[in-house]
Amino acid sequence: MRIHSTRALAVATASLLTLGLAACGGTSKGDETGGAGPASTAQADPNAALKEGLKIAFLPKQLNNPYSDVLAGGGEVAVGELKGEYKLVGPNDAAASSQVSYINTLIQQQQDVIGIAANDPNAVCPSLNQARQAGIKIVSFDSDASKDCRDVFINQATTQGIGESLAKMANELAGGEGEIAILSATPNATNQNAWIKVVEAELQKPENSKLKLVKTVYGNDDDQKSFQEAQGLLQSYPNLKVIVSPTTVGIAAAARYVSSSNFKGKVAITGLGLPNQMREYVKDGTVSKFSLWVPSDIGYLAAYAGAALASGQITGAAGEKFTAGKLGEYTIAADGEIVLGPPTEFTAQNIDQFDF
Amino acid sequence: MSVAVTEIHKQDQKPGRSLGYVFRQREMGIVLALVALVAYTAINQSRFLSSQSIRDILLNTAILAVLASGMAVVVITRHIDLSVGSVLGLSAFAVATVMQHNQDLPMVAALALGLGIGAVAGVVNGALVHFGNVPALVVTLGTMYAYRGLTYSWAGGQQVTADEVPRHFLRFANSDLLGVPWLVIIALAVIAGVGVMMRNYRIGRELYAMGSSPQAAGLAGIKIARNTLVAFVISGALAGLGGVLYASRFGTVDAASGNGYELQVVAAVVVGGVAVFGGSGTIWGAGLGALLLTVIGSALAVLDINQFWQQAIVGALIVLAIGADRLVAVRIARSLRKRDSHV
Amino acid sequence: MSELRGRLASWDSAIIGVTVLVLIGASIGVENFGNSSNFTFLILDLLPIALIALPMTMIVITGEIDLSVASTLGLTSAIMGDLWNRGLTIETIMPLCVLAGALLGAVNGFLINRLGLPSLAVTIGTLALYRGLALVVLGDAAVADFPWTYTGWVTGTIGGAVPNVLIILVVLAVIAGVVLHATPFGRSLFAIGANDQAARFSGINVTRTKFWLYVVSGAVAGLAGVLWTLRYSSARADNGAGLELAVVAAVLLGGVSIFGGKGSLWGVLSGVLLLAALQNALRLQDVSGQALNIVTGVLLIASVLLPNIITGTRNALQKRRLRAAVPAQSS
Repeated sequence: MRIHSTRALAVATASLLTLGLAACGGTSKGDETGGAGPASTAQADPNAALKEGLKIAFLPKQLNNPYSDVLAGGGEVAVGELKGEYKLVGPNDAAASSQVSYINTLIQQQQDVIGIAANDPNAVCPSLNQARQAGIKIVSFDSDASKDCRDVFINQATTQGIGESLAKMANELAGGEGEIAILSATPNATNQNAWIKVVEAELQKPENSKLKLVKTVYGNDDDQKSFQEAQGLLQSYPNLKVIVSPTTVGIAAAARYVSSSNFKGKVAITGLGLPNQMREYVKDGTVSKFSLWVPSDIGYLAAYAGAALASGQITGAAGEKFTAGKLGEYTIAADGEIVLGPPTEFTAQNIDQFDF
Repeated sequence: MSVAVTEIHKQDQKPGRSLGYVFRQREMGIVLALVALVAYTAINQSRFLSSQSIRDILLNTAILAVLASGMAVVVITRHIDLSVGSVLGLSAFAVATVMQHNQDLPMVAALALGLGIGAVAGVVNGALVHFGNVPALVVTLGTMYAYRGLTYSWAGGQQVTADEVPRHFLRFANSDLLGVPWLVIIALAVIAGVGVMMRNYRIGRELYAMGSSPQAAGLAGIKIARNTLVAFVISGALAGLGGVLYASRFGTVDAASGNGYELQVVAAVVVGGVAVFGGSGTIWGAGLGALLLTVIGSALAVLDINQFWQQAIVGALIVLAIGADRLVAVRIARSLRKRDSHV
Repeated sequence: MSELRGRLASWDSAIIGVTVLVLIGASIGVENFGNSSNFTFLILDLLPIALIALPMTMIVITGEIDLSVASTLGLTSAIMGDLWNRGLTIETIMPLCVLAGALLGAVNGFLINRLGLPSLAVTIGTLALYRGLALVVLGDAAVADFPWTYTGWVTGTIGGAVPNVLIILVVLAVIAGVVLHATPFGRSLFAIGANDQAARFSGINVTRTKFWLYVVSGAVAGLAGVLWTLRYSSARADNGAGLELAVVAAVLLGGVSIFGGKGSLWGVLSGVLLLAALQNALRLQDVSGQALNIVTGVLLIASVLLPNIITGTRNALQKRRLRAAVPAQSS
């Protein structure tokens, strides 16, 4: 009996190992690159009319995030103007893999355009390429997917522009010198990391030489975690002058913590925030300045870009032009990027003009 | 551990006292670990003991401790309640929404609403466990999904933000009574109340008896049905209370609030010396467990240790705590056997 | 004959029936459910759950549980990313990852069977521990540049209809099915679950048997970690978080008793398929992911509650029939 059972297990384990060993070629990092997406061969026809009745679906990072709602809301307006069918789907959590099932569903439903804010630039790639093979146009926005698996990317502002704006606000609020810290989203969030790199480069410049970036922490775009990370920062660095948070969740959590602690007035909070969430802290003096692009415009532009792609006006190649409703004319830059415009700065003076 | 054994030998004549002594030892272990950790951290970073820092740690512990007290009652009864994180989320969202629409509602009403929602959720759990004869693990795993789904369907991606709820509701979590935050006072009151109930009242002792041996408890005439319901209602109601405190402390509430919290609560209870097979452990041990976990989290941040280690350390602690309980149980059993052979 | 009737009335047959009905209903009623590319997505989505459910079925049949499986998956995924970054060949990494999974399983097995600790508590502990270690190994970084030969194979199909990974699943499911239902070893698992003491006295090495089950569980979770990483071309520490609950839900839904001693692999595989098919069909119908949570939860409770109610009513009816029969005889 005992011999029998051990043997059965040994056989099972061995077969598992053999499966892993199945091929013995020897492929290591750098030997082979990933499969490229379908190359676009179509010709753009700038005079083509925008089609009506297009099925345009939005897939944000996750559903219960007010920022995503505002983004998609802009898309809904645009799809309405385009007389298309709007759809919003998405996972409950921002895990890398959870968007994939939704992409697959959208392929089955034969949508014309998928607008996606990718949770992980690579995890969504195989599915997005399947969608493109099925003739669906892919517009990434907010957070880009790998560039060989989407047609165009709506960039809210250039990476350089946002990074410079963050560094400038930090400098002003610190009064030109002192310790600053960054409270970011997840450590592999594509855009946050790019902006932080620019901020770091900006800090090397002579006018910022007295600013010292002491630490970058990650609140994972989770309210409670961001709140606690802000606490941790102020405990570890009592001389901190400014917390820069390039994410709407992080800046709101940090502002809430500081406004209810005795650090209020001693440390400044800035970064990228939603006026509605930040209004309270701007009014009570915790926050004097932060910036953001107008997020509903991103969704709006994404919907128009998708419609232009699906109608054959553009193919995603650099230099092509199209008109995005009330936003006017846009030109596609290198790598299929479409830049929305510079971020808006919000202060106690102008915040009441914005409602999002 | 060897100290505990020699103590037992000395007190051979009074087995009741010696058992109690060993269990107290278990909590002494946590206290010692806490003291050592705090001392080490404070030496490296004196600001760790500043009043703001202590206040933050206590505030962070409060909600976890409230839920851990309820969970301890269920675990002592040899059940488990995995739905607490979802109940917290449901209660937090419900209370925040109600407060958003009724700005004048007093805090007491919010607390009562949260307790009520939690209690109903607890009744459903308890009824399914007892009358449906379904194991608590399965029931609460199911209701964990179901209650969370309910919150998601209701919220539908909406969020209640800090500026939409009444000021007094937000102030509650951060305001003090004689320098002690209300949140901490509530947590202490819960631990004391449930602790006294479990220690000194008939119902409490019956719950311990049910956890030690469900059959024997039934034969001894204990009302299993009522007591099972009571245990789950306590756990549910306290998770509901936790939801109110969560909403008040963090202000911004969405359907995902408290997602995955059940694991931390179970960890606090187990680390606090409540045996998973029921019948032993104390409420204040569970509270200490919650404090220890929070202090570890804060200490890692302050000591600038890679925050990624935190979860691994919590996991190792759980395994260690179960191992220690087992060791104590084996030693007691052995010493009891030895005494029997002397007689 | 009566055996056949008992078989038909049992929960696992019922669940197989329900699954077939749902599949037929969805193919007819839900647009695009039945086409081959959707079938591929369905199989890819259920693969990790189905794989891990195989050893989990055996563990639950012996009356134990393993909640650490999803964290084992995450840790092997993190290890895979780390080793790949260090320049090892993918062919070396994959078996190493399975081996790492087996070692993690052996740690569980040791704590549970050598030290006699309760499996629920131990695996809740290692759930946190292994996920934590995954974060320590890879932090929050993601490793993405795995070779297309392998990532393409995992997402690919044979002739556009049969997903490649289905072969792995079928082979392992057949092995597991034969081991569980057609060998003395498999019968010993049921004996252990039904009565641990009796199994010991009848000469079964309970400790060793359970220990090896955890090793296999870890190894399969490791394999699932490798496949997950390749499917999403993304090695991350948070891969598969929360998957353990889906696996346990599928196993219980498939008719395995949480108290041990009862269950079949076919029931479990239907349970996995039923949950995945329902999710897929509901998503195609634009039912939100939120509602899926409720469906999963209710199904899970119902899977244990309904058989209890059926048994209860049957016993009550039988009692009444007996009572009715007694006066009839005496008159």
